[in-house]
Amino acid sequence: MASLTAAQPEVMAHLRDAFSLMEDWEERYAYVIDLGRELPAMAPDLKTDANKVRGCASQVWLNAQVEDGRLRLTGDSDAHIVRGLVAIVTQLYNGLPIAEAAAFDPKGFFDDIGLSEALSTQRANGLAAMIARIRAMAS
Amino acid sequence: MADGIGALAPTPLAPFDPAAFRAEFPILARQIHGRPLVYLDNAASAQKPHAVIAAMTEAMTQSYANVHRGIHTLANETTQRFEAARASIARFLNAPAPENIVFTRGSTEAINLVANGFAEFIQPGDEILLTEMEHHSNIVPWHFLRERHGAVLRWAPVRDDGALDMEAFARLLSPRTKLVAVTHMSNVLGTVTDAAAIAALAHDVGAAVLFDGSQAAVHLPVNVRAIDADFYVATGHKLYGPSGIGFLYGKAEWLTCLRPYQGGGEMIESVAQDRITYAEPPHKFEAGTPPILEAIGLGAAIEQLRALDRPGALTHEEALYARAADGLRSIPGAKIIGEAPCKGAILAFTLDGAHAHDIAQILDKYGVAIRAGQHCAEPLMRRFGVTSSARASFAPYNTFEEVDAFLDALGRARKLLS
Repeated sequence: MASLTAAQPEVMAHLRDAFSLMEDWEERYAYVIDLGRELPAMAPDLKTDANKVRGCASQVWLNAQVEDGRLRLTGDSDAHIVRGLVAIVTQLYNGLPIAEAAAFDPKGFFDDIGLSEALSTQRANGLAAMIARIRAMAS
Repeated sequence: MADGIGALAPTPLAPFDPAAFRAEFPILARQIHGRPLVYLDNAASAQKPHAVIAAMTEAMTQSYANVHRGIHTLANETTQRFEAARASIARFLNAPAPENIVFTRGSTEAINLVANGFAEFIQPGDEILLTEMEHHSNIVPWHFLRERHGAVLRWAPVRDDGALDMEAFARLLSPRTKLVAVTHMSNVLGTVTDAAAIAALAHDVGAAVLFDGSQAAVHLPVNVRAIDADFYVATGHKLYGPSGIGFLYGKAEWLTCLRPYQGGGEMIESVAQDRITYAEPPHKFEAGTPPILEAIGLGAAIEQLRALDRPGALTHEEALYARAADGLRSIPGAKIIGEAPCKGAILAFTLDGAHAHDIAQILDKYGVAIRAGQHCAEPLMRRFGVTSSARASFAPYNTFEEVDAFLDALGRARKLLS
């Protein structure tokens, strides 16, 4: 396994650029769905009840491991759009020192780039539940 | 209809006119994300016609006070309208009298009321027979009796096509069965159950029978005496009325012997420090100030339905369903859940490789409102081996153009997700 490095600034810059270039929701959804397709597969034995994120309308699993004080996240969902959201949050948090992960709240960033706007209330709540789960796991 | 209150049913009925009916619902002119709203989530809640909006507005602007206890004019007027709504519901169900109708917050509260009252008749080991296609609101109150009073829940199976397996149902009945609680129309499968046959079988073993008419009352003429229901429940907001109001029909003998559900004002005849006398049904089940405006609104909705050519409306719904189901069958990977011979205009489906929530979210962007998830029916979802499904549910105000918009959006969603 490659050593963990935080790529958060690059990931944020990339997402911001990508979203700013996309005109309509169809492109944004297609992009999010594509991110989900590129999400590394989660080991089936990690899809446990304990790793299930409550508060999501569809099934979402997140697993966090700490390596050298840094967070390593894997996750999955049975819904395409949500798998894309899992990809986004795992990219944002992966490799962060756990103290930074616990402190980091990307909600303002999501609002800023127009991701929140693209989601239904239910989905936005699910995204918030994922973030809360990751920050709790890092605390 | 020659007997009782049903004889008062109006005999008018211009043939059903879809465009005229649709024009009664102002919200249907809305745009969603820049496109015309296509509202296909009617099984979750229906939209409201002018008649309901006007009745509630008029009550609030012209004639409002608390009911049943005032001497003044407004109190009398409001009480009359409130009780007129009860009488409308009684006629709508062909109940013997308005006193058979208890106002509740909805079907859920109506079922909880019956379960609560039934608790004292339940001995450990007594059985309650449900079906696999019940909504959680017709499951959880019975679980209370299992947890707290030792009742045993039995589950009548649903066949692969979504019909209730009546042979298995009959086999599950026994002298231990105290109550049968069955949907009259599944909120997922659309299956219409044979209520009269179910009631006859239940009564043969001495069990009482409750029908959850939350969906059926919206689409089918309901005659509680013809089906011989002991209890029949439905909710206002699916019947084009407001939320927060629904009703329980109960046979007089049941409403007399069930004890009150909640205590408070309005439900008593006299209160002393050492004794209490309850009001007669239905008032003994209506503690506190009831949802007055909501009852008046529901009364207006019911009167509109009673003046509607309902067979004509049903034919229109069936045609909408048939077009949607045909279109869905032509989409590769789409699968309909629930194709019972007798079913209403509810289309639950799955699409290979696409989660129901993704479908619903993308359809929303095209202005199409459908439901996705477990539809408050987890046992049924497990029965069909799915974790969720999408559901389009139709009302007589829907149009063939809307069905086509739904199918078109579904095709686009499939492309985006594949």
